[in-house]
Amino acid sequence: MDKRRHGIQALWALLTNSYLLGFVQGKIYKGKLKSLCVPGLNCYSCPGALGACPIGAMQAVIGSWNFKLTFYVAGFFMFIGALVGRFVCGWLCPFGLIQDLLHKIPFPKKIGTFRGDRVLRKLKYLVLAVFVILLPMFLVDFLGQGMPWFCKLICPAGTLEGGIPLVLLNPSLRGALGWLYVWKNVLLLVTVVLSIMIYRPFCKYICPLGAVYSVFNPISVFRYRVDRETCVACKACADACKMQVNPVENPNDPECIRCGVCKKVCPVKAIR
Amino acid sequence: MGFLSSNRSGITGRFLHSSRIGILIAAIGLAMMGFGICRGEMAAVMEKAINICLECIGIG
Repeated sequence: MDKRRHGIQALWALLTNSYLLGFVQGKIYKGKLKSLCVPGLNCYSCPGALGACPIGAMQAVIGSWNFKLTFYVAGFFMFIGALVGRFVCGWLCPFGLIQDLLHKIPFPKKIGTFRGDRVLRKLKYLVLAVFVILLPMFLVDFLGQGMPWFCKLICPAGTLEGGIPLVLLNPSLRGALGWLYVWKNVLLLVTVVLSIMIYRPFCKYICPLGAVYSVFNPISVFRYRVDRETCVACKACADACKMQVNPVENPNDPECIRCGVCKKVCPVKAIR
Repeated sequence: MGFLSSNRSGITGRFLHSSRIGILIAAIGLAMMGFGICRGEMAAVMEKAINICLECIGIG
């Protein structure tokens, strides 16, 4: 299951970042596809990106002087979320794939859960509210334009997918580096190290996109069902879940990324 | 066919557990996307996405 999932994640990441000329020239794609959002967290300043990051797009519209509300991006979230929920996190997010692969690096003491884990997972909703919505909406310049504060201060995906390759490939950008670039690289390094120790720390605690999709998990068209008549309560599914979800208690927990491990390990195939 | 594990029951529970609410919300989402496109939001996304986002890459 993991190999198949990683294959699909990689294929999707390649498909949505297939502007190879960008990696050669140190520039980004400027075609019409760029106005379309991709479902996962994928920086639109990645040299290969063909589409727009929905979190970046939301901040761009909210922060523009003439809109402030975004029906386009909110509608996109509702459409994708209501169809598949956090399936996007498990299968279609390039940054999720990177964290998945990092967690495969051996480490003497992998951390499953810890005290305060469940509370800390609420942090992503705060990040969504403050950095993606409120700050770009209200902290504006004299023209009424807000900044993409999540991208600017937090997003390690932007540093990895956009910042590092563009700075390496584009000499004109190197002269402009400052404390912000250092800060964002420190955050990326922390995310990388934590991803080796903890499964998907960015998704669990920080990602505003995961926060949006998690709201739709219980009502999405694609969701898990547990047949209690078949279930033998062996807890194999709960033990195997790297997101620390117990599918028998709540098969559509907001933290479930639909990776399918629970379905695979269930000895009686009670999860569908 | 097995039943779904949840504490919800009654009409609300059955409604929530059917796919109808998901399809309904997806349809509303599509309509909102259409409305957003009509009022020109895609241009704002496009404008941001085709220029290197200095904030995103840690420069701006």
